[in-house]
Amino acid sequence: MEIIYLLIPLSLVLVGAIVWAFFWAVRSGQFDDMEGPAHRILMDDDSVEAGKKAEEQDNGK
Amino acid sequence: MCCHGCEAVARAILAAGHGDFYKYRTDNAPTGRELVPDFIAQTRVYDHPEVQKSFVRQEDGTIREAALILEGITCAACIWLNERHLARLPGVLEVQINYATHRARIRWDDGRVRLSDILQAVRAIGYEAHPYDPQQQQLAYDRERRTQLKRLGVAGVMGMQVMMLSAALYVGDWSGMEQGIRSFFRWVGLLLTTPVLLYSAVPFFHGAWRDLRNRRIGMDVPVSLGILVAFAGSLHATLTGLGEVYYDSVVMFVFFLLVSRYFELMARKRGAETAESLGQAMPVMATRLSADGSHVQVPVADLAVGDRVLVKPGETIPADGSIETGQSSVNEALLTGESTPLHKTTGDSVIGGSINIESPLTVAVTTVGMDTVLASIMRLLERAQGEKPAITRLADRAASWFVSAVLLLAAGVALYWWQHAPDSWLPIVVSVLVVTCPCALSLATPTAISAVTGTLQGMGLLSARGNRLETLSQCSHVVFDKTGTLTQGRLSVGIIQCLSDIPETGILAIAAALERQSEHPIAAAIERAAADAERLDAHDVRNEPGAGMCGTVNGRAFWIGRPDYVAGQCSHAALLDDLPLQGTPGARVALADADTVHALFVLHDSLRPDAGATVKALQDAGKQIILMTGDNPAAAHAVADAVGITQVLADLTPQDKLQRVQAIQQRGAIVAMVGDGINDAPVLAAADVSIAMHDAAHVSHASADMILLTEQLMPLADGMRLAHKAMRIIRQNLAWAVSYNLVALPAAALGYVAPWMAAIGMSASSLLVVVNALRLTRRRRAQDNITSSKPATATAV
Repeated sequence: MEIIYLLIPLSLVLVGAIVWAFFWAVRSGQFDDMEGPAHRILMDDDSVEAGKKAEEQDNGK
Repeated sequence: MCCHGCEAVARAILAAGHGDFYKYRTDNAPTGRELVPDFIAQTRVYDHPEVQKSFVRQEDGTIREAALILEGITCAACIWLNERHLARLPGVLEVQINYATHRARIRWDDGRVRLSDILQAVRAIGYEAHPYDPQQQQLAYDRERRTQLKRLGVAGVMGMQVMMLSAALYVGDWSGMEQGIRSFFRWVGLLLTTPVLLYSAVPFFHGAWRDLRNRRIGMDVPVSLGILVAFAGSLHATLTGLGEVYYDSVVMFVFFLLVSRYFELMARKRGAETAESLGQAMPVMATRLSADGSHVQVPVADLAVGDRVLVKPGETIPADGSIETGQSSVNEALLTGESTPLHKTTGDSVIGGSINIESPLTVAVTTVGMDTVLASIMRLLERAQGEKPAITRLADRAASWFVSAVLLLAAGVALYWWQHAPDSWLPIVVSVLVVTCPCALSLATPTAISAVTGTLQGMGLLSARGNRLETLSQCSHVVFDKTGTLTQGRLSVGIIQCLSDIPETGILAIAAALERQSEHPIAAAIERAAADAERLDAHDVRNEPGAGMCGTVNGRAFWIGRPDYVAGQCSHAALLDDLPLQGTPGARVALADADTVHALFVLHDSLRPDAGATVKALQDAGKQIILMTGDNPAAAHAVADAVGITQVLADLTPQDKLQRVQAIQQRGAIVAMVGDGINDAPVLAAADVSIAMHDAAHVSHASADMILLTEQLMPLADGMRLAHKAMRIIRQNLAWAVSYNLVALPAAALGYVAPWMAAIGMSASSLLVVVNALRLTRRRRAQDNITSSKPATATAV
């Protein structure tokens, strides 16, 4: 079971990395708009025309 | 979140003589938030009249009124404390604090007290106040949200690790575990829990400390105590190797509480958006005319009474004023809900925030800033929001009583076991605290609400505030606005009366040829009606603002517009006086040439296609339906008859609507209000639950509890059914949580429940609650089918 003494500290390093990544994500605004991206993905994709329209609508608002 | 206890303690302090309270305050000032010179200097800036201009409204003499944001408010009792504290300041005339927005409205006598004194007084009892500035509030909100999210993330990630280690430790207790590994796991648990304690749980300690300094007991006190006792016990066990560790309990406790706080923050944010978006109805810049006639772009905030501004067609009028030169039609739909633009000419008054449609206007400014109509509507709205009925706070209050009871029980249990079995008092107290960990209670409502909110959104009904679902399911009266709610809020040609030998399509072709030159909504409606007609061209078209158009089509001169204007141009105008359509409501437009009146158009707002079906569905569900409108009785009854509403109240001002709704509420009714437009905003806020239409003016979106995202009304009826279902599930969840606690709490107090059992019981209970709530999301497909089966016929009125 000695391997535990290596694996658990390793998992602690992972936890540290996860927390750091999470803080970065919060700071860089990844969680600021939880709704928008879900809609945006539908707007941009299909054709250049549709993308332009969506942009115009966005700007119109 | 807080309780009677807080109020009672604070009230007792004041009842005993507020001198004690002040003495206490000065005692404390040096320890915590002493008024450092920097802060005093900073607040002194706000005494400057120029600085005050943007957020302070002046009344007669030295009376001032301002909006402040308060930071650090966690419960109704905090509000109460601040209100009382400020009201005691000499010179402060009125204090009103809105829980939803954390905004205070304060009136004071500038001769006796300065704004900086008020800000410092708030600081002295442990809160912070800033003058309200939309930009700053947005920043403060963003900062708070990000910090809370980080705290939540840390608690969540660490929590998962600690739970994993704890599971191993619990199993180890059963099957045996090497002492070395056991000790190692405990140290790792300590390492993981410490950041949660020192970072994630800080808001609880902060709140508890403030509560204690102000000698009251809030929700944060027992929470902090539970966390600290469990952590201290675990720390002791880790250091000595004796006893149990409860790191898992600590982190999960913190995590679940942070989740509920986060949801609360989001809900509050929505409430705060209202007034901000109302403020956005005003433009930022205006074109000021200097004495020498030159145009200068100035910020609207710099406009003063007496300034002359130029408002071009399509621009928003920047302040209340009267027209000096020019005539035009002005759309006040945002302010009055009236969809037809009003004709305004020299001398008429215009309202800031309305839109100039046809031609340029020169406007002399009569009021600016806080005194404008728009600003007073905003104040009315904020007051109405502050007066929201507190039905939903009952549950919170019950929960906080429960917490106080648990706190007392834990103390009693600790005392008893300390005397009878000194070895086991700590695990038993921790068991009591863990078993009653409000996870099930705090999850019961938010999960059901988030589930039903998602489902409702799929149906086209967006809930802006989860706590209104309960009210929606219980409401007894549904009040509809007319324009833009039961109707589409857009003019269309209803009746075309042909009065000569020209056929209808010919009439439409001629009318459209003339109206194509105009931007007026009536013109747009006629153009839409003529979409299928032959396209003719008009020449020499002249626009007579507020009256109509004239021009030559196929070599003949035609006039189209208001019947009295057209009558003036036509030799057989008498025809217009005895038309069969005199009684029908709607806007009238006549078309004539020099000899004959050719046609009369009646334009009106058409009903939403499913309005009748929705009203019927609501009536079948046992709701009373009332129509309230600012429109004239004839138009109101026409709509009411078409959709089957029997109770009609017409000719109401926004204040009338507010009073009527409040009168119904006083008779014990729970009122749902469906409306749009700023004029509905105060009454929307006063109603127990408010629903705004998708195409409503921006502001009422933000002030409403729910927003209909589709053009249909039917989701309203479906939503009520679903809200009812959701409340049943919430009640089941709460019943489970209560009965679980009733069984588990005495068992824990008697020492029958080991902390690991408490932890498993708590998790299972939470899981059950969540799974039960998730049943609500499965309804989506069934609800969709109901929604899509709407009647397709459009009825005109």
